Amino acid sequence: MLPPDLTAVCPSIAVSEFRGQMRVVVPVESLWNVLQSLKEKHGFDLLVDVTCVDYLNYRGARDRFGLVYLLANTATNHRITVRCFVNDTDPSVPSVVALWEGANWLEREVWDMFGVRFADHPDLRRILLPEEFTGHPLRKDYPLQGHGERHNFPVITRGEG
Amino acid sequence: MAIVELPDNVAITKLDELVSWCRKNSLWPMPLATACCGIELMATGASRHDIARFGAEVFRFSPRQCDLMIVAGRVVMKMLPVLQRIWQQMHEPKWCISMGACASTGGVFDTYSVVQGIDRFVPVDIYVPGCPPRPEQLIQAIIDLQEKIQCEGTVFGREFDAPSRQRPKRALQEERD
Repeated sequence: MLPPDLTAVCPSIAVSEFRGQMRVVVPVESLWNVLQSLKEKHGFDLLVDVTCVDYLNYRGARDRFGLVYLLANTATNHRITVRCFVNDTDPSVPSVVALWEGANWLEREVWDMFGVRFADHPDLRRILLPEEFTGHPLRKDYPLQGHGERHNFPVITRGEG
Repeated sequence: MAIVELPDNVAITKLDELVSWCRKNSLWPMPLATACCGIELMATGASRHDIARFGAEVFRFSPRQCDLMIVAGRVVMKMLPVLQRIWQQMHEPKWCISMGACASTGGVFDTYSVVQGIDRFVPVDIYVPGCPPRPEQLIQAIIDLQEKIQCEGTVFGREFDAPSRQRPKRALQEERD
């Protein structure tokens, strides 16, 4: 089935269907309006997940980061995937905490792992990694073994114990 | 020199030996179980394998009451400061068993967040190989540790005065030979 008509909210919306699932791709300027419209007019009241994909060196990819919002309509059991692409040098999207409270920690995780900033987020701190951690480890250009963070600790010897 | 006949119920030993004997047979483990090795650690404590046979059944979750830290599972960089604090909160004399591949070397988790062997940051007495090790292996480690305690321990910790008094670790010994 096709997603609801959102061209009034966002004229440049790209709509597609994959294995019976609705997918839309929106530019970052109208992301907030599309999500708000989906929630308030089309009944997608549940935010299932907010996550991100790093398309660095991905075949055929034009943009760096792909934000993915998975929404569900708990009345009709419909689901929709909203995607939005942002690019490097401080990628930023509007926060949807005002629409769904549950987006708070999901967005913090995306910030922690990918370094995508969420504008107007109430509490944009790292959620999984330590506060003093630098870098965003799920970015494709982050080395697998890190920059030595895992070995940056004092050594306790037998005598000091 | 007069020869004294001892009755059968009297034994003569050194105080160090006696204290070490008491210590080795009443180890109180601190279960620092962070991953699947913790399940084997629980199995070791349960009735089939029964770590109580070696006097080490009293798992305590307060470091103040423990003298054997069993690190069972991978330790990530966020956990390591906690582990070090727990280790420092434990009273002397204390020992550490690094259980499983992850605690000893990082195992397959050669990533930015996993510490590649806790022995980089805290002293380790016994390493247990395996992924995860069977309870028998952990029990063997405790038996080996008991032997080590009996060999090394002194009442007032004189073994820490001179490093040469400490028997080299078995792995290092083999390297040297």
